[in-house]
Amino acid sequence: MKKIFLALIGLAVAASLVVTAVRRTDAGPKPIEALRQTYRAKAKPSVDHGLFTQLKGPFARPQQVTAACISCHNGRHTEVMASSHWNWERIEYVEGKGIRAIGKKNVLNNFCIGVAGSQQSCDKCHAGYGWADSSFDFKDPLNVDCLACHDNGGTYAKKIGGAGMPADGLDLALVAQKVGRPQRTNCGTCHAFGGGGNNVKHGDLDMAQFDTTRDVDVHLGTDGADMSCVDCHTAEKHQMLGKAYSLSSMNRNRVACERCHGAVPHEDELLNQHGYKVSCQTCHIPEYAKVNATKMRWDWSTAGKLKDGKPYEEEDGQGNHAYMSIKGTFTWAKNVRPEYVWFNGTASHHLLGEKFDPGKPLVLNTLYGQYDEPDAKIVPVKVHRAKQIYDTKNLTLIQPKLFSAAPGDGGYWGDFDWKAAAAAGMKEVGLPFSGSYGFAETEMNWPLNHMVAPKGKSVTCEECHVREGGRLASVGGFYMPGRDRSRLLDGLGTLLLLGSFAGVVVHGGARFWFWRRRQGGK
Amino acid sequence: MSREYIYPAFGRFWHWAQSFLILFLALTGFEIHGSLRFFGYEQAVRFHNFAAWSFLVLIAFAIFWHFTTDEWRQYVPTWENLKAQAEYYLFGIFQDAPHPTQKSRQRKLNPLQKIVYAGLKLFVLPLVWISGLLYMFYRYPQRYDVLALDVTALQPIAFAHTLGAFALLCFLVAHLYLTTTGHTLTSNLKAMVTGWEEMHGDETHSAAEPALAPAEDAAAQPAGPAR
Ligand code: HEM
Repeated sequence: MKKIFLALIGLAVAASLVVTAVRRTDAGPKPIEALRQTYRAKAKPSVDHGLFTQLKGPFARPQQVTAACISCHNGRHTEVMASSHWNWERIEYVEGKGIRAIGKKNVLNNFCIGVAGSQQSCDKCHAGYGWADSSFDFKDPLNVDCLACHDNGGTYAKKIGGAGMPADGLDLALVAQKVGRPQRTNCGTCHAFGGGGNNVKHGDLDMAQFDTTRDVDVHLGTDGADMSCVDCHTAEKHQMLGKAYSLSSMNRNRVACERCHGAVPHEDELLNQHGYKVSCQTCHIPEYAKVNATKMRWDWSTAGKLKDGKPYEEEDGQGNHAYMSIKGTFTWAKNVRPEYVWFNGTASHHLLGEKFDPGKPLVLNTLYGQYDEPDAKIVPVKVHRAKQIYDTKNLTLIQPKLFSAAPGDGGYWGDFDWKAAAAAGMKEVGLPFSGSYGFAETEMNWPLNHMVAPKGKSVTCEECHVREGGRLASVGGFYMPGRDRSRLLDGLGTLLLLGSFAGVVVHGGARFWFWRRRQGGK
Repeated sequence: MSREYIYPAFGRFWHWAQSFLILFLALTGFEIHGSLRFFGYEQAVRFHNFAAWSFLVLIAFAIFWHFTTDEWRQYVPTWENLKAQAEYYLFGIFQDAPHPTQKSRQRKLNPLQKIVYAGLKLFVLPLVWISGLLYMFYRYPQRYDVLALDVTALQPIAFAHTLGAFALLCFLVAHLYLTTTGHTLTSNLKAMVTGWEEMHGDETHSAAEPALAPAEDAAAQPAGPAR
């Protein structure tokens, strides 16, 4: 009998050894290495635009460049004109609000608030020429700016306050002869500088990523995959893949890590299982704003202080603006730990003209999702908090006119008069302004997707599976081992355990005492 | 003074393997639970899972052993001598009274032990390993259409598992202490190592009583009594 048992045990041990051995042998290079090689290899452009007579120039107006582009790239302008890069709005279904055309054109944020009335300044980042006010013709193909995205020579720039026109004194022919696939700088010029400065808005999109290391961003790092934005944000007919939930509402056209990495990217099954409910970003973006600080708070209510009748700026010691007369007070942060929420890919937006309760912070873009929804996962977000102007009688947010082209036009940045700015801005968007204003707390959620850290720097188990102070401490609706427990059971269990010890001590002590007495008696 | 062969080889192997596994599972388990820090969370989970599988294999073998050798009969609770045994632990033990139950190969457990160990085997251990398996194979309902194992079910699973863990720990404390209540403080412990137990001289029962231990076991311990 014993021999049989020993044999069986031996067999079990041998079997488990074989299983482990087999499981460890992954033939060939790891998938991640193959991916890295694929993206590191840069495709050579199939043509040299410098040889085309159409692009010899000279071009007096940028629209002539567009005409030259269209003369070969027949019809491409219609694709651009169907995109949100051009329209600054798209049709979205917003839960509880129905189907709406929303976008940068008409949705407020809590940075520079909104473009209405300030187009001349904001539309520097419009993929077009001359959108200075509501009279802009969105149907004119010649106003499409091909160069902003396709300049590969690095010389193109748009004019500040120029409504999207190119900077003065550019050699447009030179720019046109060096066009190609969009590079990091093309996208980053706008997407890293949203909100009026580098890394202000997203926190994970920084000009530092134009030329960075794996340590900062495994995808963009030149010592890593050395990818460009459009490797992930692919464009089918100029419609870019990817969403910013500051403006988007629907769960569609998202860039998914799984597209390259698959649904089961880890060798460890336990980690793969986390993926059912935890987004890749949660563990792999442990912090953002790794190189330059990002804006965490913006208090518009302090704006307007002047020195000798002139606006001024103050720095915070790290080289960031702490105060600007035109914008108010800022708090910046570097190497920020994200906040975490359940997110199912759909969001709602506070729309222009909607009433709200100024008694509590107004969330401008609510991210939906909870634990038991099939599509919901935990995602990391940057939460940007602000105090911004609202109508204290109508209880609506105010779209102020900020940019000022001429004194007395109401633009806050010229006149420093909130009332005039509110009146001018609300007139522009066609909404009433009662004449009285105040400042309300608002919040915006920015899901983080960039600055993915190298493997060794991802979030460790105990950063979440910990009783208190873990990263997911405030993410509710589920039981997480290590964080959650039944206090009752733990209390009773501990009591019972201590009781057992006490019983042992008392019983053992008594035995010892009686034994001593018997010894003494002998 | 005499010696008696009480614990056959597999029984001893099973006992010690189980005790180390339970200790290790408790250590790693309560680290997962958040009560202590030792290996680090990741290692604790890995070790706990590995030890859990080893434990399951051991349990499977032990169940097989108990039935093929009829050893399970040792655990059938009985009223006989139950009161006497309780009185012994409450009073007699202090007066150096004789053990009310004679230990033998056929009767390795006293009536109190029978009840406690049967409860352990029938309720506490199954509670722990069944909840442990559910914990492992628990899946998010949307993924594998396992609707019965709903997501929210992790809480009760963890509750049951932790309850069992506490019960096992309490047992462990009492059990360790009670090993000192043999003929000498360590005679029970030694018996579980060698299989042979020192008995009180007056407790020696007839050497003629047939040994239940299979021939192989006896053969493996030829020098037993002499050692
Ligand atoms: C065959 C037996 C066992 C199996 C299959 C098992 C399995 C598991 C699993 C899968 C977990 C969750 C680990 C994770 O988070 O991934 C767990 C947790 C735990 N285990 Fe076990 N285990 C077993 C035995 C034990 C024993 C014997 C003890 C203690 C004496 C124990 C104590 C614990 C505790 C305290 C937890 C933490 C529960 C919580 O806080 O959620 N386990 N076990």
